[in-house]
Amino acid sequence: MTTSNSLVYLIALPLLGAIILILAGRRADKWGHILGTLMSASSFVVGLYQLSQMLGRSNQARPVTQKLFEWISVGTFKVDAALLLDQLSICFVLLITGVGTLIHIYSISYMSHDHDRRRFFAYLNLFIAAMLLLVLGNSYLNLYVGWEGVGLASYLLIGFWNQKPAYATASKKAFVMNRIGDMGLSFAIMIAFASVGTVSFEGIKEHVHHTSTGALTAIGIMLLVAATGKSAQFPLQAWLGDAMAGPTPVSALIHAATMVTAGVYLITRSSFIFDAAPTAQLLVVIVGAITLLFGALIGTAKDDIKKALAASTMSQIGYMILGAGLGPVGYAFAIMHLLTHGFFKAGMFLGAGSVMHGMNDEVNMRKYGALRKFMPITFATFGLGYLAILGVPPFAGFYSKDMIIETAFNSGGTKGIILGSVTLLGAGITAFYMTRVMILTFTGKSRWDEEVHPHESPLLMWLPMAVLAIGSVSSGFLLSRGDALVNWLAPLFEEHGEHSELLKPIVVSGLALMMVAIGVAIAFLKYSRQEVASVAPEDVSVFTKIARQDLMQDRFNEAVFMRPGQHLTQVLVKTDEAVIDGAVRGVGQMAMGSGALLRGVQSGFVRSYAALILVGAVLLIAAIWVVTN
Amino acid sequence: MDAANYLYLSVLLFTIGAVGVVVRRNAIVVFMCIELMLNAANLAFVTFSRINGDLNGQVVAFFTMVVAACEVVVGLAIIVTIYRSRRSASVDDASLLKR
Repeated sequence: MTTSNSLVYLIALPLLGAIILILAGRRADKWGHILGTLMSASSFVVGLYQLSQMLGRSNQARPVTQKLFEWISVGTFKVDAALLLDQLSICFVLLITGVGTLIHIYSISYMSHDHDRRRFFAYLNLFIAAMLLLVLGNSYLNLYVGWEGVGLASYLLIGFWNQKPAYATASKKAFVMNRIGDMGLSFAIMIAFASVGTVSFEGIKEHVHHTSTGALTAIGIMLLVAATGKSAQFPLQAWLGDAMAGPTPVSALIHAATMVTAGVYLITRSSFIFDAAPTAQLLVVIVGAITLLFGALIGTAKDDIKKALAASTMSQIGYMILGAGLGPVGYAFAIMHLLTHGFFKAGMFLGAGSVMHGMNDEVNMRKYGALRKFMPITFATFGLGYLAILGVPPFAGFYSKDMIIETAFNSGGTKGIILGSVTLLGAGITAFYMTRVMILTFTGKSRWDEEVHPHESPLLMWLPMAVLAIGSVSSGFLLSRGDALVNWLAPLFEEHGEHSELLKPIVVSGLALMMVAIGVAIAFLKYSRQEVASVAPEDVSVFTKIARQDLMQDRFNEAVFMRPGQHLTQVLVKTDEAVIDGAVRGVGQMAMGSGALLRGVQSGFVRSYAALILVGAVLLIAAIWVVTN
Repeated sequence: MDAANYLYLSVLLFTIGAVGVVVRRNAIVVFMCIELMLNAANLAFVTFSRINGDLNGQVVAFFTMVVAACEVVVGLAIIVTIYRSRRSASVDDASLLKR
């Protein structure tokens, strides 16, 4: 396999940026944001260089590695800290650094009034570095380091404005829920070590045929748990909505380029495990299907623009997970949707940030309306992202999402019909809630307060949005032209046999577009024809109420995990106090009690001591006398 | 004369001494009672020496006298010092080590 010495720069540059910005402190306030952006951009340039190198080689020789140092060496178990850049990771590298750099540029302006902007850029760089380590590690253990780094960086960024207790709680919630997923990943690594004896991708892939299906299924399920945590999939999805507490560029970064894509990466990277463990693969599909509907339903009822977009992310990642769970036919489409989603979701989040920027940080869409006239560029870029997520041809989502729907239908049997219907239904609901966001925000009558003066954002903010909008328009076409991405990724995955074709692509596209049209039409009837109340109406159906509360996810977690957990800790605390502390204190009490009894003898009077000695001596002599006679 | 009578005298002297130590409060008197007990022991030693017809008992009696002399020196010094600081020679007053 080809080796390269320049892979490490991909990670080292943003990491160096983060370290400098954190250590330099306030001295770096003036130039910190520029350094951060440059570091991220130069990492992107290194990525482009690697891509050009990779394109120059034959298909099989494309993956490159770089050994950094020997990390663990115990007996026969050896783990090197080594990087692996292949066709899959280069997609992620370019997405992370490319979209990441655009978000850096956007943040220069968006965070310009925040006196902690330097710290913000330090965390952004750390986030990028951790995510790059995640996708570049050549073993699960290396991946795990990046995985934890991403968790840390997201915690720091979601709680960036931690002076507000609610935001600090949100970051803690995200961190704790991610820990559950992290446990899954560590278990997967342990099982892999115990059953296969190695934790590198290459090693496990070689031994996969000698390993029992049971062990592979266990690894697969644990990897799925990890993926659900990081990617906010059912049942560990509850943190994503609260993660909106972070500054908007962070939301864009988390939702488009880093963090939530990690789960999809993990499953795609572990394709050899899932292909050999059908049960785990089926679970992946089920999780994806549930989440894509779950997220879409939450999205229909959210009035907070960022939370509506967050629910949409959950749903779109559900599509990707579902695609990845369909096996070799689906991996490439999952990645394609991930890339196109990276463009349009980042664009829409930055658009939402731009709207908030012009509206005094108002997030309630019921307080928007008619912003099209005031923010034409934001409207245009957001609108292109909107068309892309709907899957309207020829925008990006049309290519990627339709391919997933089509693959789902053609996965065979009843499973195929169910999955296909779910994805179709999801597409319809997506159309509904995204149209709702568009109508509430940009059209209709203005509903904002008088002191708000909406205005277009400065160049540094709309430029990244425009670049991302171009991506939302063209990326799908470019990636699918001549099956470019599918062929690019093909060497990494197993060959797949031809599947029976249940529905022709044109039929699937037609059905999907029909669902989208229905969704858009309903949204128009409901929100464009009627007046929109600027305060959310209370006399709504019970379903709306449930959807507003995120389908009871928090209540469920509270009732099933939090309260019993609290109960358990209380019982344990009481046990600790009564039994363990009781035993310790009891020993002390015994010593003190016997001491108190014996202390009476110590009167301090010499004569009583003398008397005692005398009595003792007499008793001793008497005893000797008795014994000897 | 029966040697046992000397032993009875010795027991009597020892008992008087022991009772004196336990009962009397004045440190000087307590001290004299201790001397009485030591001398009772000496009498017993000498008597046993006589009974057995060897000198072992008498040697030990000399040892006892030496020890008693040392004890008098140290003990009287302590008593005098306590008396100087407390204006009292009562052994019950010097009871600071009590609980």
